[in-house]
Amino acid sequence: MTALLELIDVRKLFGDFAALDGVSLQIDAGTVTCLVGPSGSGKSTLLRTINQLEPIDGGAILLRGEMLGFAERRGHRVRLSRRRTRAQATHFGMVFQSFNLIPHLSAVENVALGPVEVLGADRTTARTQARDLLARVGLADRVDHYPSELSGGQQQRVAIARALAMRPTVLLFDEPTSALDAELVAEVLEVIRELAGEGMTMVIVTHELAFARDVADRVVMMDRGEIVESGPPEQMLTAPTSERARRFFASVHR
Amino acid sequence: MTTREYTMAETVTPATVAALPIRPQARPGRWVSYAFGALLAFLLVRLLVGNENWQWPVVWSWLFSERVMTGLLNTIVITLVATALGLVIGLVVAVCRLSDLVVLRTVAAAYIWVIRATPGLVLILFVYFFAALVPRLSVPLLFDVPTNEVISQFWAAVVGLSVYLGAYSAEIFRGGVLALPRGQFEACHSLGLSTWCTYRKVLGPQIVRVITPSLANEIVTMFKNTSLVSVIGYVELLTTVQLIYSQNFQTIPLLMVAVLWYLVLTSLAMLGQSRLEKRFGRGFDRRVIRVTAGSDDGKANR
Repeated sequence: MTALLELIDVRKLFGDFAALDGVSLQIDAGTVTCLVGPSGSGKSTLLRTINQLEPIDGGAILLRGEMLGFAERRGHRVRLSRRRTRAQATHFGMVFQSFNLIPHLSAVENVALGPVEVLGADRTTARTQARDLLARVGLADRVDHYPSELSGGQQQRVAIARALAMRPTVLLFDEPTSALDAELVAEVLEVIRELAGEGMTMVIVTHELAFARDVADRVVMMDRGEIVESGPPEQMLTAPTSERARRFFASVHR
Repeated sequence: MTTREYTMAETVTPATVAALPIRPQARPGRWVSYAFGALLAFLLVRLLVGNENWQWPVVWSWLFSERVMTGLLNTIVITLVATALGLVIGLVVAVCRLSDLVVLRTVAAAYIWVIRATPGLVLILFVYFFAALVPRLSVPLLFDVPTNEVISQFWAAVVGLSVYLGAYSAEIFRGGVLALPRGQFEACHSLGLSTWCTYRKVLGPQIVRVITPSLANEIVTMFKNTSLVSVIGYVELLTTVQLIYSQNFQTIPLLMVAVLWYLVLTSLAMLGQSRLEKRFGRGFDRRVIRVTAGSDDGKANR
């Protein structure tokens, strides 16, 4: 069986700095992968290259065998048009660290926006589905609130509902709880945990190691734009083989 | 280092203090400010009413006179047409300025550079005397006409003013785009929204919200910039009153007529501005939050 999402030797440069220095990774359908590592190690960049917020400079990313962001020509590749790139990006739901909800749209409008404008869904149907999704993340009574009227945890749950509304193949989380007060972290993690239980394929950049251990099928540790080590969470967190991973987990565990 | 000793002026019992009612502190500054305000109002009224030299009867007699009305109408028409055209130019130039095509970017930057360096007066004169530079306007097979026939006083005024506004509003539009948080673009990309939809539904309303005050400034300025067109002989509000007082020498009252009308126009513009701000302030302004029954979590809304 081939992997759902395959990253082959992905490279990303910011000027001379290699943010991603040859990253290869396979992600199977229905699995949860947690990306961990120190700040600046390239975790977020990796996530952003997957849904093409950052174009890659080398290697390839394939979803179900289809190359993302490029078209093959005789003997070389060219970047796809923005329109095609956006179409591919809709296979990925993105949940940002800072939520990025649209401030002048209410919760239900935020969730229904993509289905109506991109999938061409009927407005009433999209709104009904948006309400259902908001109910699923525990916000049935907050549908008509604007983002500024919601707590951080509630905003992030709206963002998750918004990502789900596009029926994505893979959900990407970029440090979904890093901008939240400690007391609000749990409500967001609970929603992600439920999605994992339903078999959603997810890639999560996180600093919550206890959560990673609990929910992940695989933990991938990155440093300096490379994958240092990856494996089942139990083994990674308790008995990593590489010296670098041991130092990292020791420093965050305490 | 010596320790300072704090001495309490009077000792209090916690329970008694806690029970004391809270009252606003007496602030003499407030009463002084009231007195000052009253004095200012008195002086203003005395200046306006008590001084015969204003000659209010003359002001009233001219305020709604036919000549002034015609001038006012011309001011309004020129302002509306030049503003509409100027904003369209500004929008196009701003889009070019943000384009990834270097030619468009350069052309837009050059336009903004040259126009902002040129006084509005000079711009209007250039357009009006365009015939001196290019005697005939022609597109082969389509039309071929003398420039002077196309550029009337009215159109010279409109083109001059809108080209002028175009350069300034382009920078305002661009500023609006730059003010948007990067995350908004990223959210739109992730949802797969087309560029058009992104601007219309998500970014546009947020841009309008932040640029409304500066744009209102430009439009209010435009009302008064129309007076520049007097140099090419177009008669609008200010030129009208100037023509009148050059004959009857009632300078102050007639200038007052113009000022009153500009005040009315500016008030209308400000009314429009506040309505626009209200409309696009959705989700940003504070509002009373409905308390929904059966809240499943105790998190209070701010």
